Amino acid sequence: MPVDVNLPTILRQHAGGQKTVKANGSTLQEVFEDLVRQFPGLDGQVVTDGALHKFVNVYVNDDDVRYMDKLNTKVADDDVVTILPAVAGG
Amino acid sequence: MAVFDNVLDLIGDTPMVDVSSLSPNPRVRILVKLEGQNPGGSVKDRVALSMIQQAEKDGTLKPGQTLLEPTSGNTGIGLAMVCRVKGYPLKCVMPSNVSPERRQLLEVWGAEIIESPGEEGSNGAVRMAQGLAEEHPDYCFLYQYANPANPKAHYEGTGPEIWRDCPEVTHFIAGLGTSGTLIGVGKFLKERNPAVQVWAVEPPSGEMVDGLRNLDDGYIPPIFIDNNGFDLLDRKRIVGPRDSIEGVRRLRDVGVFSGVSSGAVAAAAIKAAGELDDAVIVFLAPDAGWKYLSSGAWTDDLDEVEARARRINYW
Repeated sequence: MPVDVNLPTILRQHAGGQKTVKANGSTLQEVFEDLVRQFPGLDGQVVTDGALHKFVNVYVNDDDVRYMDKLNTKVADDDVVTILPAVAGG
Repeated sequence: MAVFDNVLDLIGDTPMVDVSSLSPNPRVRILVKLEGQNPGGSVKDRVALSMIQQAEKDGTLKPGQTLLEPTSGNTGIGLAMVCRVKGYPLKCVMPSNVSPERRQLLEVWGAEIIESPGEEGSNGAVRMAQGLAEEHPDYCFLYQYANPANPKAHYEGTGPEIWRDCPEVTHFIAGLGTSGTLIGVGKFLKERNPAVQVWAVEPPSGEMVDGLRNLDDGYIPPIFIDNNGFDLLDRKRIVGPRDSIEGVRRLRDVGVFSGVSSGAVAAAAIKAAGELDDAVIVFLAPDAGWKYLSSGAWTDDLDEVEARARRINYW
């Protein structure tokens, strides 16, 4: 099942400069595995040691997956996965 | 109306307004706490006063000493007001792409502005301020992102006020910046009623931060880690610029003149109301609309405002 994955500026160099790419999977874990298959340069960028990189926030549609099921969060057709660097406010 | 001895005594005790007419569900009430009513114009007055009082008490801030702080705006403005009243010089490190009104307000209070690269966002301001603080050990570096007096202001002020005014609250929703509001209020409300849900809202600000060299340049505020923020929050949602501006306009329609981040939180509260049943949502509006007039949020074409909001840091 394809979902759209929005990449942050910093990761686009590993995906031929694309802002949005398609990936398949029924969980976030599977989506990221498919991403790495397509773009090996993304290996170890978003997922490190089996968990989300400390300074990366990942959203399925609008929801931060750290407060859902993390990498086991289910995704469905037409969901949008957004990867963003963690930044400060205030 | 009481007569106050000092303008700083006006900080806190802000009003809450029922805006349930915005709720798509008649069984979900929505209330907004208006932090723009603080004398410096934002929720950050609480944090500024709390951090300065603590530093005065523990001796890290001496009479006449210069303060240094990284800020995207409101903390700087709050500090600048408190510093003006108490006679401390203030230097604020702020990204170059904040709204012009933030700069003007810092100038009003006489703070010095040190610009950090806009494309590095607040992370760049934090890094630059940390460097300056190391070079100038004579500065008092309160550092809102790691200062326990930040969440304490909300644990002792904002949280108890919400509980006093609306003990039936089931959901508290606020923006995530330093995490001070969510940590302080969230902790207080959950101690009173563990069933209260604490939801965070954030802008997709990472989209604007093109200046990061790699993901290790990311940033999580130490107060969030120190207070087990990942466990405290029940949910975190992102609200983009377009929904934020629409939120600002929805609030305007019920007579609430709000800032852009308040619009984002309002949009999240309205969406939550559509998904919940029998809930009482309290959300926090950090500031009023004055500082955002140049954004055209209320009057310009929505597409144009959205495009502007992707370039300028309004959060």
